[in-house]
Amino acid sequence: MTDERITRFEKRQEELKKMSDQQLKERFWTLCEQVVAPIVELAKTHTSPSIERAVLLRMGIDSLSSHGVVDRIQEAGLLAKGAGHVVLKLSQKSGKDVRTAATAILDDKAVLEGLF
Amino acid sequence: MTNPLEPNKKIDIEHLLEGLENYHPPRKGWTWRDVPAEGVNLGPFHFRDMSKPLKNSIGLPASKYFDNIDPQPKCVVTTEIASGRFEDDIRRMRMAAWHGADHIMVIRTTGQSHIDGLLEGTPEGTGGVPITRKQIRASRKACDQIEEEVGRPINFHSYVSGVAGPEVAVLFAEEGINGAHQDPQYNVLYRNVNMYRSFVDAAEAKSVMAGAGIFQIDGAHNANATAKAGWLVMPELMVQHGINSAFSVAAGMDKSLIGLSTVPPNSPPAPKLWYDLPYAVALRDFFSEYKMRAQQNTRYIEADIEEAVRTHTVDTLISMLTRADIQSTITPDEGRNVPWHYNNIRGLQTVKQTWAALDGINELLTLNHNGPLGDMVRDLKERAVAFLEEVVEIGGYFAAVEQGFFVDSAKYPERNGDGIAREGKGGVAAGSILLRDADYYAPVCSHFGHNQIPSGVKKACDPIQGCTLCDPEKIVYIDELDPEDSCDKRLEKTLPYRKGNLIKPEAEWAGDGTVLIQLFVPQNEEIAPVYAVEMAKRMGLVDPEVINTMIMHPAEGCFVEVKGKVAFDIDKTTLKIPAKEVVLPEQELRDAVKKLSVKVVAGTVGEDEHSVGMREILDIKHGGIEKYGVKYHYLGTSVPIGKLVDAAIETGAQAILISTIISHNDVHRAQMKKLAELCQEKGIRDQIVLIAGGTQVNRDMAKETGLDATFGRGTKGIQVVNAIVKVLKARGAV
Repeated sequence: MTDERITRFEKRQEELKKMSDQQLKERFWTLCEQVVAPIVELAKTHTSPSIERAVLLRMGIDSLSSHGVVDRIQEAGLLAKGAGHVVLKLSQKSGKDVRTAATAILDDKAVLEGLF
Repeated sequence: MTNPLEPNKKIDIEHLLEGLENYHPPRKGWTWRDVPAEGVNLGPFHFRDMSKPLKNSIGLPASKYFDNIDPQPKCVVTTEIASGRFEDDIRRMRMAAWHGADHIMVIRTTGQSHIDGLLEGTPEGTGGVPITRKQIRASRKACDQIEEEVGRPINFHSYVSGVAGPEVAVLFAEEGINGAHQDPQYNVLYRNVNMYRSFVDAAEAKSVMAGAGIFQIDGAHNANATAKAGWLVMPELMVQHGINSAFSVAAGMDKSLIGLSTVPPNSPPAPKLWYDLPYAVALRDFFSEYKMRAQQNTRYIEADIEEAVRTHTVDTLISMLTRADIQSTITPDEGRNVPWHYNNIRGLQTVKQTWAALDGINELLTLNHNGPLGDMVRDLKERAVAFLEEVVEIGGYFAAVEQGFFVDSAKYPERNGDGIAREGKGGVAAGSILLRDADYYAPVCSHFGHNQIPSGVKKACDPIQGCTLCDPEKIVYIDELDPEDSCDKRLEKTLPYRKGNLIKPEAEWAGDGTVLIQLFVPQNEEIAPVYAVEMAKRMGLVDPEVINTMIMHPAEGCFVEVKGKVAFDIDKTTLKIPAKEVVLPEQELRDAVKKLSVKVVAGTVGEDEHSVGMREILDIKHGGIEKYGVKYHYLGTSVPIGKLVDAAIETGAQAILISTIISHNDVHRAQMKKLAELCQEKGIRDQIVLIAGGTQVNRDMAKETGLDATFGRGTKGIQVVNAIVKVLKARGAV
């Protein structure tokens, strides 16, 4: 296995030696971009509890509450909508500000029923 | 508003903590140094690689010989601080800024990267500080004052990693943190955070950092700090830098705010330059659009402070020969303990001293790319590209991590099989990411990725009338969660040492009492450290511990360093502090000397052949009294007192200067008294100024010996002229 890898490396190096410094540099960056492209796509299409808490923080909800709110929303199966989206929707529905809506979720996650 | 700092007053921590609930940073984002293109003129010199000097600073010890100039390198200079108590770190930050730091990195408390959320309040940390909103506000507010005092912006820095990265990034953006480490590979490899989670979180964190202009530093250097043979992982390091850089750009970061954390990987006794220089050149070639944050080597740092300083000097040389936009410093005591106050300063001095010494080096020398250097550079680049090709071939980054491609201690493509492999399904917070729905929406700024903003809404945060990044008043400030584990409690205990009269030495925390004793023990390696601990105990030190032993010879002895704690306080009011001598302005002294045509007679008295000290006081060449216009008549060495007095009368001298060095049986005191008595007898005491100096003499001896002034070691001519003029003024002669 190792020998085979070394042999493949030697072949690669032979090809790379034909490149100018500039071409080698461009190859390096093309490969880096190629390697990260699927990861960037993964990040664009996915979210995580920390990302959602970070959204709530930016909405002016304190760090302790945002923790509980994201947990309740996840339990209700709504995290893929975006925690901020959920809180905003509840706030619009109830006519209260987003902090009050967040507190309402913490008090009783039943408020999330039928929101979407 | 907080009052400006005064150089002669301690920073008031309690005052700093007032009103934090309403504090918002006056500016955000990273700041580079102000570097004049035409260079900088300081004292008699022209510098080519320097930035504008500071308003207030402390130069290198030798700067007193060079008009007290304190040249400041053109790169930003970093110091890393984190004792576990931010309230004590603030004072260190101020000291560091005075010695040239404008990038202050605060290390997090152990384990913070595994905490699922933000910490609040000010609990005490271990090996670092719990990073919280209150801690950041207090520190940033201190930086505001310190940068005003030194006259240069300070970049405050911490870490966005772990399983709460996006939240930490928001906190940093809200609170005006200027720089941060962010590298999802670091989480994966060294913190065992699940790889998918780490990268998904990182994109959000980077997007938030980009929005706040926060400068990013990656974590690639950890590979050569971890791998067994740090100097062999260089192709991989370039790959790690490349992946984080490309990912950061995709997340919206500007290349000018992306920094590579790069360390010269080798260390003497290895032939360092043959590894570190080609690596530094190859990296800077490939990453020409990115910033270089040059770190100093920690992989091979031992307990010996001087060894670390020497390695770091060579590291700084490599920075100068290649490029460093930020030059980081490592405290030279990192190999023996958590950094102490004064070792931050030593690290900064290493950079400042090297940079000044080598200023403009690239105008004098050029690297020889045609020799082995060029070949080695090219070889590293080819290996890095081949590494990436193999990553692509086997199925991409995640597959490569699973197969242990990274932190293997062999030189690519060789493998030692000791790389850090992680499972895609494993690690902390595995399985915690989820696919966003088509109608996913985040009503905030700086959000990354798919965001279905409702139609008709211009800005994502309009429906909530602005997010905290647009309206800081919306930020919720939490003061303390556990009042018992808080800075207020700690500050109460250290109050007597900070604002009261009690004094204790200090390495990290107010009142910690820590001291270091250095000694040579003429015993072997087994006995010497044991002796040192016993000695420290008998000296009364608490918890003595040997932190360094260096063999001078297997049989002849060892150099030992032992630390311990002083158990007692000393009340400042019980100390007898000598009154500070006020020296008159030079011109005033010259004018007075000229007006009175001051003449003196001088000589070394007793059976004493020493003349060096006296010559330094007299000669113009040494800045002696001659420089101020005083005429002198030097009678030589072993001069009898009577001869000096007669000479003074004969020449009409206004003063007699005697030097006395050898002091057995208090000969020097006797000679001094005799001078006063003899002048009294001859009836000239009121017309003549009598001055004595010598290594065993001090300023308090004048009174007891009946002289007008007495001086000890390190006295300069100007002090002697000052004493003469002052006495003559008091007598109404001027």
